[in-house]
Parts: sequence; structure tokens; C-alpha cells
Amino acid sequence: MRDVAIIGVGRTPVGEHWDKSLRMLASEAILAAQDNAGLENVDALYVGNAYGASYSSQQQLGSLLADYVGLSGVEAFTVEAGDASGAAALRAGYLAVASGDVETALVVGVEKSTDTVGSARITARNVSLDADFESAQGATLTALAAMLMRRYLHEYNLKLDVFEGFSINAHANGGRNEFAMYRNSIKPGRFVTAPMVAEPVNLFDMAPDADGAAAVILTSAERAEDMVPHPIRIAGSAVATDTLALHDRADMLFLRAAHLSAHKAYARAGIRSSDVHLFELHDSFTVISALTLEATGFAERGEGWKMAQAGLIGLNGKLPISTFGGLKARGNPAGATGVYQAVEATLQLRGAAGANQVDGARIALIQNLGGLGSTAIAHVLQVQ
Amino acid sequence: MEARKLIEVQREQYTFTGMGEIYTFTTLTETPDGFDEQAPYVLALVKLDEGAMVTAQITDLGEGEAVAIGDRVEMVTRKLATEGTRGMIIYGYKFRKVLTRSN
Repeated sequence: MRDVAIIGVGRTPVGEHWDKSLRMLASEAILAAQDNAGLENVDALYVGNAYGASYSSQQQLGSLLADYVGLSGVEAFTVEAGDASGAAALRAGYLAVASGDVETALVVGVEKSTDTVGSARITARNVSLDADFESAQGATLTALAAMLMRRYLHEYNLKLDVFEGFSINAHANGGRNEFAMYRNSIKPGRFVTAPMVAEPVNLFDMAPDADGAAAVILTSAERAEDMVPHPIRIAGSAVATDTLALHDRADMLFLRAAHLSAHKAYARAGIRSSDVHLFELHDSFTVISALTLEATGFAERGEGWKMAQAGLIGLNGKLPISTFGGLKARGNPAGATGVYQAVEATLQLRGAAGANQVDGARIALIQNLGGLGSTAIAHVLQVQ
Repeated sequence: MEARKLIEVQREQYTFTGMGEIYTFTTLTETPDGFDEQAPYVLALVKLDEGAMVTAQITDLGEGEAVAIGDRVEMVTRKLATEGTRGMIIYGYKFRKVLTRSN
């Protein structure tokens, strides 16, 4: 296995792109990444997409996108792991280049969520739950997150307002990011008064479904040195799984896959959690942010929320998270989200994050979750 | 093949008593297709007395009747969903609060 580096990044604004098709969005991100890397030809294309079949009636995105962007003939296929599909595609690209079989790989995550609305979108999204034992009972991802959050509040005897810091931080950072879906700020105290979606999850708690595409170009770290001024090395890459159904977990207030994937990635990178300068985590719901911080070595169990309340997660804090707005404010274009995290972390490590820059960032952790942590994929990115 | 055999050996038919308690719950207003006519409905994770946990709706609640973590519940068979406007009705398990006898 050889070292792998990111040499190009690109992404579209996240939002409701009713004027653009799935292939148009993906190609926009791919072209941006090619421009950024200063190269057009790649040897393989790995596509992260979660709901193409149910949202867009489209599969075989490998063939579709390779042809559409002028790469017809290259190795190309989709990698699916629910909302962790983007990071799964990154993992596929990493392995391909690390193995030496592929010289240069393009990874694109794309999702077109908002052409489908209401109960049809919920049904389409439900394919990533346990069909026989969750979806069949009328469950949704939001309802499951709500039940997890209620249990967290119950176990640790907390009130809802302890979670507000996560959403305030995400929106503060999203406000500085021209690619973010939500640019508005959330004032302290407003979180608990937001309209309920599935109690106790409210509108200011959950990340919005969105359209978007993001892309990165990978090559060997050795080759990258001669190609771009600031190659960013993928120092660790790891995937772990937990039960698909929430109810099958012996201890659902511990995200086991998030723990395993992060610690495996730390070990590969030869770092500890305390070495991480910023963390793009999967803030699909505030309770998931809290549980993620607890699982990945940044907070004790039951205390993840304290990092938000104590102001440790801001751009100048001890552990900046969601530095471009995260899923909550940048938006959650499902299968693209993991690649957005890679793009944003790369910009941070290049020192090219503009108004969102974390000073002195040299090591970043990114983690993308499928469902409520059924799949967890972590990457450690590092200044080469 | 050893692991496969183990799975086959370990899995056997088991009938639960259908009794349990609410571990956590929520109320859904935004539902998947086929469930909208019953919305809003209460969904729960029910911890069965035998130890297993299941996701299921809490049914037979009176107007405004509250549920709480720890409430005792029992399994009943109810209509779950309808496939399309003139489609097949799907039945399955739900849970209702255990009726307490007044002495």
C-alpha cells in the first residue's frame, strides 16, 4: 500500500437545484475538481450516491457520468452505504490508488433530493432503514433520531436546550460559506422554540435534505508532490458497521461504528484524537453530533453536548466542527455529503478556507454516517 | 461454513409473550407513503420482557392520551398501512398500553 493524496477539489452550492439534473450537478463538481487539480484525465471514477434509484430513477451512474464528462471508457461505478455513500466512494478511490492498480482516481458524490417531496421523499429515503422491521412499522430516519434523542435526554436527565449550541455553530459557519444551503444565523434561545418535526427533534435540530455534488481527485502522494502546491494526504481511512436497525443495539447511546472507524483511522494515521485540529462530523441531528463526540474520543459519555455549550466547537475553539456549516447549515445532499466533508477539510488544510479558516489546521478528521451510525466511515487528512 | 452453521443453529422460532415497556417514543406527522391516513401516530421502541427490542406503533390511545418512557404495553394486531388508494391493507403488530383493572 502506498500513500494517497488529494490534489483537486470541487463542489456545487448546496440547495434546491430544480434547474439542474443529477448528471449536470455531478459534472459541475467534477469539472471544478479537474480545474483545481489542473488535470483532465483520470483512470477511474467512483460515484457516491445513496438514493439515485429512488429519488432520480437512475442507477449505473458510473457509466452515465463518465460519458457525460468525457471520460467514457474508464473504470467507473457507484458505491452505496446510505448517507455514508460519499465517504464510501472516497474509501474506494483511496484503496484503488493505494493498491497501485489505479494511478489517478476521481471521486464524486452526488444527490438530487428535492425533486421528490413530502411522503414520497420519506419513502424514497426509507430504503436505508431496516425495511422489514423499521420502515414496515411506519418509522422514518427523523423519528428514529427523535427516539434516540428522547432516550439521551432521559438517561442523562437533560433539557432540550443543551443541544442548541450545535445548531448555532453550524449556522454561524454556514453563514460564511457561499456554498451553504442556509446562511441565516440562529439566535440563542430560538432553538427550543422551533416547530416540532418529531418530538423532541425540531426544525432547527435536523439537517435539511438537499441537492448537491462534490468531487475530489486522488493520486499517489509521491506523484502529488510534483503536481500541486499543497497536496493533502489521506493518512487514515476506515469503515465500521453497527446494526442496521436502531432497536437491535445493545447500547444505542454509544455509536459503536463511529468509535471503531475513528479509532482505526487514528491508528492508521499514527495520531490520537487530541492531535485533531478540526472535525467534520455527521451532524444530521444534534444528538448525533453529541454521540459522535462521545464515540470518537473527544467527550465522556453523556457529555458531548457540553462541548457545544462551552463554546469549544467554534472556528477558534478547541475542536472546531462543521466548519463550513456541516450537514445542518451547508445542507445534507446524502450521497454527496461525505465528499463535501473531504473538500471542506482539504480547503482547511490548504489554508484556503477563507472566512471559515481554522488557524493552523494541519490534521483533520472527517466522518460520514449511514443511518444513525449503522455505517461509519472516517478519514484522517493531513498536510503532506 | 462453520459460521454459517452457527447462525442456523442459533436461530430458532421463538414466541414472545407480547408484553413489554416503552423504552423511548416519538410522534410522527410526516410519514412514508401508505401511513398518512393514520398520522399523527406514536412510534416507540418497545423493550419486550424477554429482553429483545422492537420498533412499533403505540395504538388505541385516547384523544390527547400521553405515553411515557416505562409505560407497560402489550402487543395487538392492527392495520399498519395501505398500499395505494385502492390497494392491499397491510396488517401487523402494534402495542397498546396495558389496561389496568380498577378494583
